[in-house]
Amino acid sequence: MSNPLYRKHILSISDLSRSDLELIIKTAATIKHSKQSRYLANKVVASCFFEASTRTRLSFETAIHRQGGNVIGFADSGSTSLAKKGETLSDSIKMLSGYADAIVMRHPQEGAARLASEVSNKPIINGGDGSNQHPTQTLLDLFTIHECQKRLDNLTITFVGDLKYGRTVHSLVQALSHFNCHFNFVAPDALYLPEYLIDELEEKHVSFKRVDEFENVVPESDIIYMTRVQKERFDPTEYMHIASQYVLSASMLGRAKEGMRILHPLPRVDEIELDVDQTKHAYYFEQAENGVYARQALLALVLNENLEEI
Amino acid sequence: MQSKMQVEAINRGTVIDHIPAGQGLKIVNRLQLLDNQVRLTVGFNLSSGVDGHKDLIKVDDWLMTESEANELALLAPNATINIIEDYNVVSKFKMATPKELIGVFQCPNSNCISNSEPVSSKLFVKTTEDRVQLKCHYCEKLFSKELFSEAY
Repeated sequence: MSNPLYRKHILSISDLSRSDLELIIKTAATIKHSKQSRYLANKVVASCFFEASTRTRLSFETAIHRQGGNVIGFADSGSTSLAKKGETLSDSIKMLSGYADAIVMRHPQEGAARLASEVSNKPIINGGDGSNQHPTQTLLDLFTIHECQKRLDNLTITFVGDLKYGRTVHSLVQALSHFNCHFNFVAPDALYLPEYLIDELEEKHVSFKRVDEFENVVPESDIIYMTRVQKERFDPTEYMHIASQYVLSASMLGRAKEGMRILHPLPRVDEIELDVDQTKHAYYFEQAENGVYARQALLALVLNENLEEI
Repeated sequence: MQSKMQVEAINRGTVIDHIPAGQGLKIVNRLQLLDNQVRLTVGFNLSSGVDGHKDLIKVDDWLMTESEANELALLAPNATINIIEDYNVVSKFKMATPKELIGVFQCPNSNCISNSEPVSSKLFVKTTEDRVQLKCHYCEKLFSKELFSEAY
């Protein structure tokens, strides 16, 4: 039977069903534990970064190389003739879809990946479109949560820091809404969840609460998902006051569950103190590594009708 | 009867009635975008038994389609459209809020790709119990209806 993601555009986490998410997680786990996978042999994948993003690009390109695929593309559109000659994105994508078997793209404008999917006859994988979506970050987060908790259902997940501007948090919350989790949100007023997301959670009857004292919810959490509070959003005095309330240190973990794990999309600045790295709860570097496996799984599924036959 | 006396009858065309007072100009703007040659007669703040005050627009020799009317539903959700032939109303319908609006309003997000590429805007209308919102097909951002009705 053909896998449901074969030749599908991956644009937004909301386009993926619970069973799609489970299939990607299962495939990522298989790939991580197998010595070799050649799911992209003889495939050419275009890696088109109209906006620079070193971490995401290298992770995708590693995922392609590890599976025997070939990469064409660019790391920043400023260095290509596309931008200099004033070609529209639609025309660039039509041209690229004639060269490659799939197109991974990042673009500074929201909606760019969806537009690309309307003009491309090859699958588009969204590696981030402005402040909108970054579905593969969510996939690696889900894979990591599943890996360390052995399930996605009925978990208590505490999100800390910038919950307003961080698309990572929004997409992960939306994806986990399929799995009957409970959410704690710890954030200053200015960085609390956007209204549309609160409405969405209420519509879906998802269990969540806003928490003022971060330390109080450490003992009940299965996952603590830390994010960076960006300095530029506050004046310096306000920043010092706010940021200090959303910092995790090893001394706060005394009453944490044995299996609780801490995630962070990275880069971290000072919201996770270095002493946390030495605890069994730190899992953010494994999470970053899992980005490669999650992207391998996604590309393998999108480019192969049946994985078993390879 | 009273409104007939306030704005002269037309032989053939479209009468948009029961427009909330104050919304008439926005509809005029929109009609002129659809066809800048249309001849319009406009009545503002006419007295109306049902609405207290209303605006009314008569468009001479131009028959509005239901889909064109639905595009205006965000501006005047309770307005009625009367199609006139030979001084008689030959059909009458209410504006209905459409499920999506293609190429009608620009996406308000200036960083949305639909504002810089040769593509029609596409906004989905999301109606809940207490409000109407529009979600951009491209940038996925959600906007309140007022952002559009006030822009015209």
